[in-house]
Formats: sequence, structure tokens, C-alpha cells
Amino acid sequence: MSVFVDENTKVLVQGITGKEGQFHTRQCVAYGTPVVAGVTPGKGGQSMDDVPVFNTVKAAVNETGANCSMIFVPPPFAADAIMEAADGGVDLIVAITEGIPVMDMMRVKNYLKDKSCRLIGPNCPGIITPGVAKVGIMPGPIHKPGGPVGVVSRSGTLTYEVVHQLTMKGIGQTTGIGIGGDPVNGTNFIDCLEAFQNDPETTGIVMVGEIGGSAEEDACAYIKEKVTKPVVGFIAGLTAPPGRRMGHAGAIISGSSGTAEAKLAAMKAVGVHVCENLGALGELCASVF
Amino acid sequence: MKIHEYQAKELFRQFNVKVPEGGVAFTAAEACEVAGTLGGYPVVVKAQIHAGGRGKGGGVKLAQSVQEVETYANEIIGMNLVTHQTGPEGRRVGKVLVEQGLNIAKELYLSILPDRATAKNIIMASEAGGMDIEAVAEETPEKIIKVFIDPLAGIQPYHLREVAFGLNIPGAAMKSFTQLLSSLYRLFAQYDCSLVEINPLVLTAEDEVIALDAKMDFDGNALFRHKDIMAYRDTDEEDPLELEASKYNLNYINLGGGGNVGNMVNGAGLAMATMDIIKQAGAEPANFLDVGGGASAEMVENGFRIILSDPNVKGILINIFGGILRCDVLAEGVVEAARKTGLSVPVVVRMEGTNVEEGRRILAESGLDLTTAVDLKDAADKVAAMVA
Repeated sequence: MSVFVDENTKVLVQGITGKEGQFHTRQCVAYGTPVVAGVTPGKGGQSMDDVPVFNTVKAAVNETGANCSMIFVPPPFAADAIMEAADGGVDLIVAITEGIPVMDMMRVKNYLKDKSCRLIGPNCPGIITPGVAKVGIMPGPIHKPGGPVGVVSRSGTLTYEVVHQLTMKGIGQTTGIGIGGDPVNGTNFIDCLEAFQNDPETTGIVMVGEIGGSAEEDACAYIKEKVTKPVVGFIAGLTAPPGRRMGHAGAIISGSSGTAEAKLAAMKAVGVHVCENLGALGELCASVF
Repeated sequence: MKIHEYQAKELFRQFNVKVPEGGVAFTAAEACEVAGTLGGYPVVVKAQIHAGGRGKGGGVKLAQSVQEVETYANEIIGMNLVTHQTGPEGRRVGKVLVEQGLNIAKELYLSILPDRATAKNIIMASEAGGMDIEAVAEETPEKIIKVFIDPLAGIQPYHLREVAFGLNIPGAAMKSFTQLLSSLYRLFAQYDCSLVEINPLVLTAEDEVIALDAKMDFDGNALFRHKDIMAYRDTDEEDPLELEASKYNLNYINLGGGGNVGNMVNGAGLAMATMDIIKQAGAEPANFLDVGGGASAEMVENGFRIILSDPNVKGILINIFGGILRCDVLAEGVVEAARKTGLSVPVVVRMEGTNVEEGRRILAESGLDLTTAVDLKDAADKVAAMVA
């Protein structure tokens, strides 16, 4: 079992003919992910390797039955691409694009409210169910299939570090989800915690947060109410100065809100096993799970 | 991206948000010239830097004559202004805004910003104007009015009324206030602002509503569609190393605390975590540097050079988890940079992920004195021991 992505996932790639789109499509295909279509307006009828390219998401979905879109469209056009995917009828949208204006994402988020599809990202590495399908840019080989741990994170390479340490300790993953480093995103920690809690094969959860906003605090309130599985938590940015954006658009301490200390305190208060030192995360997980 | 008060007020004027008469001056003579056009005294002389708390730091003065304008302008231009937002090192003032004094009846607070949790824009207003709004929010949250605006539907007249009645705006000033707020929202939305703040917004004895102060911050990700705002960028307000890094698309932040370990990492989250683990190992991180997912050998080389231009740096930790950025590309950049700049401080390299074997081979065969680490903890311990 897994969450959001499984053996029935059929992927279309928006922006498949761009440099990033091509490279990562090939990586996903090599991992065994069924990539059934690409979309690049104006290039319909062509193909990328063996993948047919369409002008619109609707056409791609109608012709191929794709149910998931992975988006590599550049920031100025990415909000449009997400809304097209939602309107085109896919169930899952994974937006990799970094640098989408906040105002665009706020419009997208409000637009998606009455739609049934799920958005992961933007500004994220994507989602992987090891051994089954990879919809994203993470390196496949560092993952270990078969579970039992679910991983959810706001970061990219930091997640790779976490997954690598789990794998080194012989701990596999059910699904790894990067929810992205932007201030306004689709799927949040709570959505992922709920899915992992309901997934029988996931017996433990690793949650990786960072400074900025209150998503981790909100997640902790949810953990207290609903999550019975053990959770290991890590927060990046203890040494980050206030008022500075630390690379991710969402990673900023504003006044006294969004600090790593507050997030760690919230985690401890609800019984999350807090990892204070990233170098020892694998060991902590081995003792908890 | 932040801009100066005088620039924000130019935008306010374009959008019919009322501001005091005035203009910017780069010398005392220019300041006197501007003061002469304002039709009387008092006149306010305000330091223009990208930080708040200017009044308390001595950067805002009330002048009763042209002689006083000259004295204050001479005092402020060229001064090193220290406020709670500049840090102890302060900021050099290069220009002042000279404005007419107003007949203030009441000071209010007004701001608009995106709310990440609800994905709506939020208008915050308070009758406790002119004060530190964080302190007001902390001590007397009931004094702050919050109105949420759906970004798809935009601002409606009832939003304007809700704020106006909440602030007890007198009937005679109602129209002036709602017109100002509606214009301000239009400006905020049109230019992808991450903050528009007026503190204080003043109600004059003549029942006019005027923005006495103006603070604007723009979403850096949206500047591609606002070339006119890019023209407002003042590089004098930026850290010289950060400015240099931005030329190469490097995400570098000088932590400014005299840290002794420079670091170069791919990915923002891992970069923050690397700073943290350096501190936990007993050393002090000097910077944040995310070379990004698509870094080239040239970017790595420039990053290396920029880290080394910080004189406090006594050791460097390079931590790369290869994903999109391949370890062999990184290794080539490091070798090239080390050959060009020379290794003046010890360097610890920790690599994992895509093409790691090839990367390690390049480093080993370079003949350079680089220390390799087996994992993150090992890397942090090694670099901390080297700078101790």
C-alpha cells in the first residue's frame, strides 16, 4: 500500500519537451513509472522518446487515460498549467516548478477549492512510492521499497538526506512526499499525516519541516487529535536570522512567528520524537520504528 | 524586494493614495530647495534606508526653518543609522525625504499582505497607529482589525466599510478613507506586493486621510512582470557579498555574526540544516549558500570565491546531496575554484547521491588537500575541529 501514488498511476508531463521536462521524464520512465503522455502547446502530434505529445491536457487525458500530471512549466506560465490540469480531469497534480508568484498561487489555491483533484507542491521534489512509481525529481536509488515509514517534507535535498539515512539503517519507505517550500502550496502536512495514518502498511511517519509559517504547528494539533502512529520530526533553520528568506520563498521568520524553536516545542508537546541533530536522524528512527 | 519610502510614495501618488507634499534630496542644498517648495514650516527630514525604527535612531527630524533643514540634512546624510532592524552595524544614509508637516488629529495603522495559511489577502488596521504593530498584536490583539479578501473576487465595498467603521473614521473623512484603501489594494494586487504598510496613516484636523509613512515589499518571484519596480532596486542597501552572489544566481546570505565556517550546499532546506549542524558541532556558520539544483561548475566556483571573501571564514564545509546537481559537476567546480583561488583555509567535502563515485574520484585525483567526510555528522565534526 502507499498514498496518493500507486500501480494505477498514469502520468502526463506538462512541459515535457523542455530541458528539465525531458531529463526528468526519462528518469521517471527508467524508474518504471508509466508516463503515458506529454503536453506542450504547439507541439501536439510529436513525441518525446516514445511518449506522445499533445497540445492540451484535455486531449492527453482523453487519448491516454492519464490521471496524474507532473508540471515542469516555467514560473510565469505555471499557474495556468496547474489550472489546466485541474480542468483537464486528472486526480493528482505534482507541480515541480520553483518561483511561481505568491499571488498566482493564491488564485490557484482558491480556484482548486471546489475541484476534487489534489495538488502537491509547487516548488517541490514530487512524490515517490519506492519500487512502484516516481513522480518527481528525487534520485530513485536512495529509496528502499516496501515501507514501513511514510516521509513528508517541505524540502528537496533535505528529504533525500533523510531518506538516505533511513535506507542506510535498513528502514524502507511506503511513500515519500515533498509538499514544497513555497508559502502557498496544495497538499499540506495534515493531508499527508491523515493519509499515512489511514494507510495500513505505514507504521511510522517522518515529518521534516523548516522555519516560516505555522504549518508544523497546525500539523501538531492534528497529530494530537488523530495520529496514533509514531512520528519523528525534524525542523531546519535553528540558526536562521529573522526577516531573511532562506532560499525557499516560504522559509522566513516574520517577527516572532515561524521560528524553529516554536515548531520544535509544538512537536515535543504532542509527543513527536524530535530529532535535534540531523546527523543522528537515522539512529533515532531505528530506535523509534 | 524592498524599496525606499520616497519610492513607495511615488507609487502611492500614481494610484491616488494621498501622501504629504515633498521630495527626495541627496545633499543638504537639495533638501533646502525641496523645503522651499513646500509652502511653510514645520518640515520633516527623514533618512531613507530599507529599515524601520528610523525615528528612534535619530534619522527623522522636525525642522522649523530652512537653517534647521540644512543642519538636519547635513547631520543625517552620511550618518550611520542604527535601528532595531539594521543590526548593531547600522546602515549608511545616502538620502533624505523632505516633507511638509501635517496637522495630525489621529494616527492609525494600515497594512495589506498575503496570508499563507488561508491563501487570501489580509487587510490589517488599528487605531493604535504609530506604534510597533507586533507589540500591539501581542499585548492587545483586540485592537487589530483583520479583513480577508478573496484574491479571485477582489476587494468589495463592504470590506472598505468594515475597516472604516472598525477604525471609527468620522463621517466627514469616510469617503477620503475608503477611496484611499481601495486604491491601496489596487496598487498591492497589481504589483504583486508581499507587504504594503502605512504606519502611521494620519487623520488630519481637516478630516483628510494621508499616508505619513509608506513601506512596500515586492514578491521577488513576480518581478519578471514588473520591470518598472526593478528600476527602484537600490544596491547600496544590499550586502556586497550578497550582491556579488546574485549576479551568478547564487542564493547567498551573509549571516553577519562573525561566523567562522563557510558552507556551500545544494537545496535550501539542506543548507539550513547544514548551518544548524555546524553550530551543533561547536562552530559558527558564516553564511547560507544554496547553489541550487541546476548549478554549473562555474556557479560552484563563484560560490567558493564569495565564501572565501568573508575574512571571518576559517574553514569551509561543502555538503552536496546529488539529485539534479550531479556530484561530478560539483567536484569539477570545486577543483577549478581551488586551483584558481588557492586553498587558504581547510575544506571538508561531503557528497552523496547521483554520480558520487565519479565526484569522489575527481576530488581524489586532483591532488588538492581536501578532507572528505563519510556522512553529515562526520563532516560537521571535522570542520569544527579544524577551526577550533
